[in-house]
Amino acid sequence: MEKEQFYYDNKIVKMFLIATVLWGIVGMLVGLLVAFLFIFPNYMEGISWLGFGRLRPLHTNAVIFAFVGNSIFMGVYYSLQRLLKTRMFSDVLSKIHFWGWQLIIVAAAITLPLGITSSKEYAELEWPIDIAITLIWVVFAINTIGTILIRRQRHIYVAIWFYIATIVTIAVLHIFNNLELPVSSFKSYSIYAGVQDALVQWWYGHNAVAFFLTTPVLGLMYYFVPKVANRPVYSYRLSIIHFWSLIFIYIWAGPHHLLYTALPEWAQNLGTVFSVMLIFPSWGGMINGLLTLRGVWDKVRENPILKFFVVAITGYGMSTFEGPMLSFKNLNAIGHYTDWIIAHVHIGALAWNGFMAAGITYWLAGKLWRTELYSKKLANVHFWIGTMGILFYALPLYVAGFTQASMWKQFNPDGTLVYGNFLETVTQLMPMYALRAFGGTLYLTGFILLGYNVVKTAIKGQAVEDELAEAMPLKEVPSRRMSGETVHSWLERRTVLFTILTTVAIIIGGVIEIIPMIVVKSNIPTITSVKPYTPLELEGRDIYIREGCNNCHSQMIRPFRSEVERYGEYSKAGEFVYDHPFLWGSRRTGPDLHRVGGKYNDNWHFNHMLDPQLTSPGSIMPKYPWLIKDDLDISQTNNKVNAMVILGVPYTQGELDKAVYLLQSQAAEVEKNLRQDPEFVKNYGDANIQDKEIVALIAYLQRLGTDIKAEQTAQN
Amino acid sequence: MLKFIKHHVDSIVGIEIYPIISLLLFFLVFTVMLIYAFRIPKESIEEKSSLPLDND
Repeated sequence: MEKEQFYYDNKIVKMFLIATVLWGIVGMLVGLLVAFLFIFPNYMEGISWLGFGRLRPLHTNAVIFAFVGNSIFMGVYYSLQRLLKTRMFSDVLSKIHFWGWQLIIVAAAITLPLGITSSKEYAELEWPIDIAITLIWVVFAINTIGTILIRRQRHIYVAIWFYIATIVTIAVLHIFNNLELPVSSFKSYSIYAGVQDALVQWWYGHNAVAFFLTTPVLGLMYYFVPKVANRPVYSYRLSIIHFWSLIFIYIWAGPHHLLYTALPEWAQNLGTVFSVMLIFPSWGGMINGLLTLRGVWDKVRENPILKFFVVAITGYGMSTFEGPMLSFKNLNAIGHYTDWIIAHVHIGALAWNGFMAAGITYWLAGKLWRTELYSKKLANVHFWIGTMGILFYALPLYVAGFTQASMWKQFNPDGTLVYGNFLETVTQLMPMYALRAFGGTLYLTGFILLGYNVVKTAIKGQAVEDELAEAMPLKEVPSRRMSGETVHSWLERRTVLFTILTTVAIIIGGVIEIIPMIVVKSNIPTITSVKPYTPLELEGRDIYIREGCNNCHSQMIRPFRSEVERYGEYSKAGEFVYDHPFLWGSRRTGPDLHRVGGKYNDNWHFNHMLDPQLTSPGSIMPKYPWLIKDDLDISQTNNKVNAMVILGVPYTQGELDKAVYLLQSQAAEVEKNLRQDPEFVKNYGDANIQDKEIVALIAYLQRLGTDIKAEQTAQN
Repeated sequence: MLKFIKHHVDSIVGIEIYPIISLLLFFLVFTVMLIYAFRIPKESIEEKSSLPLDND
């Protein structure tokens, strides 16, 4: 048989490379803007779309889906063609994938600052964009599977297994977490409420980290580390174990965290042994990556790309060690809601994702433009300031996390809190925030050097858009297993079967995790005094979501003495049954708000939103003057209440018919309250405040956590 | 946060079956995979682990 000639599509790889560099700079820059808001809370005063609550989701989405996303596609499109000895299945699909993904990113960059958000972390984008993501993901899937089917290489290499698992799992996660009921073109409500919404969201959150930020990048590691080091992977056996246990692990880890206490003793004992064993798969992967460099450590000294890989893989090892540690109850009680979590995720993002992307970009720049990298020295400088950046970023935040957790929990001998004023626990952290911003600046500077280096390399070299290659066509072989062929080896050439098995593996896990979440709804004790939000409160809640208040404030008081003392009665599951979506938050940069209702008067809230430093000196919360200037949009109020009814919130027919009327009369009530303060009357005179957004927000905040008090009063 | 949900999930009738199924399933797959992987003959492995180095 004769060798066939064909061309690799390098152009698509180049496009994704450029997108990686550009969006990397943008995503990190937004991160830096956000970091500076901690130290200079007023530097974007009065610009609604540059507030922390709106920029923070932009930062996380830009880094995860734009920067890391494009870097994954860049690596996948390069390695897939070479590992399968064929051009991509369809140039058209490749182009649709590329431009579709960039459009989605642009849509995110426009809608998030405008406050168009569903509030669910790392899934903030509203429903039209969610649909677009689904479509583009399907395009990517068809293109990848198509390429696998037209391959000239019989066995699919381990990297491709990880790509397949990524494609399948992200599709499942994305669809289930984004089931929402549209209210208007850019507003929807999650079909889940309260506890159930939280469970589905964090099922997504946890697994998205695993299958968007981890598995595809592991695939890249299995291709690029051997490639750059010019040595085969340390242990192919380990990679088989690594792959299957990693995609299967979640069926154990998910329910394990949630249902541990429901387990009989024998299972708990087995589980404990097992939890330790579970370090195997992820550390197996790390060891596999690092030991691929055995015998060539001298190359690591000279080659900046390998240096990036070594730090990246070490970062992966650190994060995957820290993750299970954080799932221990005692450590979680300290880490949750603090900067520890921020430090933890940035070890993953800056070291593992960022440095893998950087290493691959440098290597590909040389390949795609057929030349040596413009400056190895500059790449080395990038490596060192990037590494310093990671340390300066993470270490202060670990300190901040522990400091704040400990300050939250300290009691005086008389049983009162030592730091009763939440702000004291924030101002204490300022030096750490300054150091963090410095670390972020270093890291971004390093990455800009990468951009410069790539541009210079491109100018110096000559782009090869279609690279000539040749390979033997595949010989026909029987589809059944041949004698002497191992089972896995056989599976590696039966790609459709392989994909189906992978899907089965993640679905079994998904189902076992998700059934308890579906059942849990009927298991939440109802609290009769908990009533649906009034139309005005519902509008206020949507403003809370629009401004991204949940990025800094939790609504979940844990049953700890220190939290009950600080915030009031701990939160009950039955209190959230009408919360579409849930707004528990994940980080307390500010205090918990679940029992804020009735804690202050309406005027306090008014003044606080106008200038937080007025009511709380030293506060780092931004000002929200536009809430007082802008009229509340009530054009959708009826639709919103109707949507809630469809989702099962029990509004009466009377409430449905008179939603707007009810809203306006409650708003008038709030204004009346505000006018009791002579200072307010002096400043606002005859101004019509009841039509403003602030009124809805005040109504919502004053309602928070108060229903249960009605129950207690009734009981007395 | 999980501590708070746990109680409600725990009290679902027959819930313990889920973590037990997942534990046993994973245990089985993991163990079988471990034994299987270490019995794969060396020749078959060398060829495949050098796939990325094959060409450019």
